[in-house]
Amino acid sequence: MADPAGAPSAGPPRSSEDARLDAAIRQLKFRDPATARKLSETIARVTKEIGRSPVSVMHVCGSHEQAIAKFGLRATFPRDLNVIMGPGCPVCITDMPEVDEGVALARQGVLIASYGDMLKVRGTVQSLNDAQADGADVAVVYSASQAVDLARSTDREVVFFATGFETTAVATAAVIRGNPPKNFSVLSAHKYIPPVMEIVAEMPENRVEGFLAAGHAATITGWGIFEAFAEKHRLPVVVAGFEPLDILAGLARLVELVRDREPKVVNMFPRCVTKEGNRRAQEELWSVFRPVGGRWRGIAHVPNGNLRLRDEWAHLDARRRFTIDLSSLWDYAPPTLAADCICGDIMSGIASPVNCKLFGKECVPDTPVGACMVSSEGTCKIWHQYGGHPDLGTL
Amino acid sequence: MCLGVPGKVISVDGAFAIVDFWGVRRQVSLDIVDEPVQPGDYILNHVGFAIRRIPQEDIGQTLSLYENLLKEAGADDLMAADVRGEIAGTGSGNG
Repeated sequence: MADPAGAPSAGPPRSSEDARLDAAIRQLKFRDPATARKLSETIARVTKEIGRSPVSVMHVCGSHEQAIAKFGLRATFPRDLNVIMGPGCPVCITDMPEVDEGVALARQGVLIASYGDMLKVRGTVQSLNDAQADGADVAVVYSASQAVDLARSTDREVVFFATGFETTAVATAAVIRGNPPKNFSVLSAHKYIPPVMEIVAEMPENRVEGFLAAGHAATITGWGIFEAFAEKHRLPVVVAGFEPLDILAGLARLVELVRDREPKVVNMFPRCVTKEGNRRAQEELWSVFRPVGGRWRGIAHVPNGNLRLRDEWAHLDARRRFTIDLSSLWDYAPPTLAADCICGDIMSGIASPVNCKLFGKECVPDTPVGACMVSSEGTCKIWHQYGGHPDLGTL
Repeated sequence: MCLGVPGKVISVDGAFAIVDFWGVRRQVSLDIVDEPVQPGDYILNHVGFAIRRIPQEDIGQTLSLYENLLKEAGADDLMAADVRGEIAGTGSGNG
């Protein structure tokens, strides 16, 4: 259903409570300290009413973590509330064998184009930067369209190493459907967020009681996609925006739903997210990609978590166009420091960056050991930049 | 990369629009936008694609959110860097 008048969240039956909430959220004055204080008080009061410690909730978005860390929001959370960043960094969860495929292809002589952060992420033995230092050709692009332009400017084979969640996969789908030149193909490492939420929700170690879902990813999928999840796992989901007050308001609603044992989905980001999402984008996405199971770095095998090209686009699939010779990498020993990296535990919400003995020492943004220190959406890089948990006691 | 970036549509030519991001004009694909877009509309751009036409009544709030973010940001601000990256990633596409 279209949303021509910008109705708070378009779509089928809405309770009056939701409508009231939508109106309230629209009234939120950004950067309003009094409102922030009120929301923080609500979060503290409701967390106390839940009566368990800790109450753990998870968000799955690098931009949420950036805002939480940048504005020091954790200092305003009650001690009993644990707000964890889950697998919300697309660079971080790209698995080592996927990086290996890109590295092997680069070493075989094709021109690899990828998003900048991906060059620094190590596979089993090498990063694309390492391959480049050894003479392979690797180009940084900011978008799938730029990778297509690159292919148009050369006779060489250009492989777009495509990473990112569904929001970014939609752009890859659009260029695939846009009749790219014959020397262009795609090595898809795209990931789909909803299935990994299922996995993380059931991990006994982190006991997540609710999810804060990312506003803009839901712009594509719509918030309705979380309804079956909430029902199945009996966990509430709140879709929230990226301003400090958006996040506080989202958390306040989320802990209320936890307290009231209401496993439902609430959209607190109506200016961007509708129930149905962007149907046209979804059609493009699923006409090009199919979901397959696969590993997410450090987390688990995620059924339906990886997006791969459908058979009708096989001619543009780098995995079918080329024989990718991973054995060419076996001459290189894996870096010993990597064995100590706990990125996987951090992305699963079991550990924090400060629990890692490499954090801020051997592993820093200029010389990252793990993927979480590479991307601006990685928990470690964000905590390294802003600090994760300001030590201000309870405010 | 979750953030995207809003911009004003200056002109529309078939599947593409010229969009103004605080004075920087870029070509943006309209392949996957949810609704028809006309000059004067605002869209949310992600990696060179309009992913949403921003409803009229939300334009002011959306712009002020991003303007605050960019205005207050230091050189090493990660969120502002992502937004600038979004603008940098836009505008080549004939794809």
